[in-house]
Amino acid sequence: MEPLPSSGCGCTKPAASQAVIEKNVPWGKVGILALLSFCLWLAIYNHLEPFSSYLTYSLFAVKKGSQLGDAVQFFLYDTPKVMMLLTLIVFVIGVLRSFFTQERTRQYLAGKRESAGNVMAAMLGIVTPFCSCSAVPLFLGFVQAGIPLGVTFSFLIAAPMVNEIALVLLYGLLGWKVAALYLVTGLLIAMVAGWVIGRLKLETWIEDWVQELRAGEALVLERKLTWLDRIDQGKEAVRDIVGKVWVYVVAGIAVGAFIHGYVPEAFMAQVMGKDAWWSVPAAVVVGIPMYSNAAGIVPVVEALLGKGAALGTVLAFMMSVIALSLPEMIILRKVLKPKLIAVFVGVVGSGIVFTGYLFNIIV
Amino acid sequence: MEIKVCGPGCASCEKTQKVVEAAVAAKGKEVSVIKIKDFQEIAQLGVFSTPAVVVDGQVKCVGRVPKQNEVEDWIG
Repeated sequence: MEPLPSSGCGCTKPAASQAVIEKNVPWGKVGILALLSFCLWLAIYNHLEPFSSYLTYSLFAVKKGSQLGDAVQFFLYDTPKVMMLLTLIVFVIGVLRSFFTQERTRQYLAGKRESAGNVMAAMLGIVTPFCSCSAVPLFLGFVQAGIPLGVTFSFLIAAPMVNEIALVLLYGLLGWKVAALYLVTGLLIAMVAGWVIGRLKLETWIEDWVQELRAGEALVLERKLTWLDRIDQGKEAVRDIVGKVWVYVVAGIAVGAFIHGYVPEAFMAQVMGKDAWWSVPAAVVVGIPMYSNAAGIVPVVEALLGKGAALGTVLAFMMSVIALSLPEMIILRKVLKPKLIAVFVGVVGSGIVFTGYLFNIIV
Repeated sequence: MEIKVCGPGCASCEKTQKVVEAAVAAKGKEVSVIKIKDFQEIAQLGVFSTPAVVVDGQVKCVGRVPKQNEVEDWIG
């Protein structure tokens, strides 16, 4: 799970000075600049493959079709491609996130009943700024606002599970179909698991001090943001996230490149193939204590898939690593009794196992 | 004057702590900066997203790292 840039804000600023700033936004300039940068981005992006071939086979004179050639070209193509995709998406999400704050999400969900609430909560889980250490205050805020427990869990499951970085990397490395599968199944697991937890009526398994929390007025501090502020938040997100994960991305792609060039086809088929029925639950169990951010796990996923691992098994492994993390459970222990944490892990784990089998059967 | 920095101790909370300390140093006033890590205590302040900054009992900012000049404004 990724510590997200903290963009949700609540500080009030005098409205008068805001109005002045808004007027001074040079819209023409900003628009032209944005369009130009995007065209440039697109032009570079479309030339990455021929350029990587040129570098590998002409400039470095590596033999075409050789193991080394495959590995080097893979690395030289994938690294800039993924970094460019990542930068663009993180920026867009950073700007988008400035429209969503935890406060606003909470207010929005407060009026929702179960079912519809589960669906909304799972979707808001993707766009609301969230990091694992803010899980507890967020949980308290939801409880205090009277949001049903199941709806709260839909949010808490979706927020780490459907990760924008994982989504971009899956799209860049494995194509839009796998990315879409991940997005849809992640959302569905969050909705259904939250709904099931709601049905079980486990409110008494929340720690006592949380239940005694006075149902008073939660603090809402809204800050008016101009478009320039939002663009700033996008830039900040890029600095924050891309600056932190690029090492993992490069390392992951290097491992992927090595496997791509040197490990024989179908090597993983025996261990993580469709025929090994036990591989899906095993992948989930192995994934729980592993705590990696999405950027590190996706290139590994790609490598596993390339060598004959089944899609369902690999997806299950990835979801387990990012959605069921030990550190988050330890943090949640402060507000949830152990029984409820066990139910949480059980329900989400079953959902992931089910998804894994489903894809192994379909694909 | 007393400033409370609320947060369990993640990267953003540490950053907030540093920003507040820098602002206090820049202002050169007598300000005690207190870290609050206990969730129960944080919740009782009416704060449900971290990091948050509370100046003399008044919540100034929740769910983000403030800029140094903002904090200086709050110090006055």
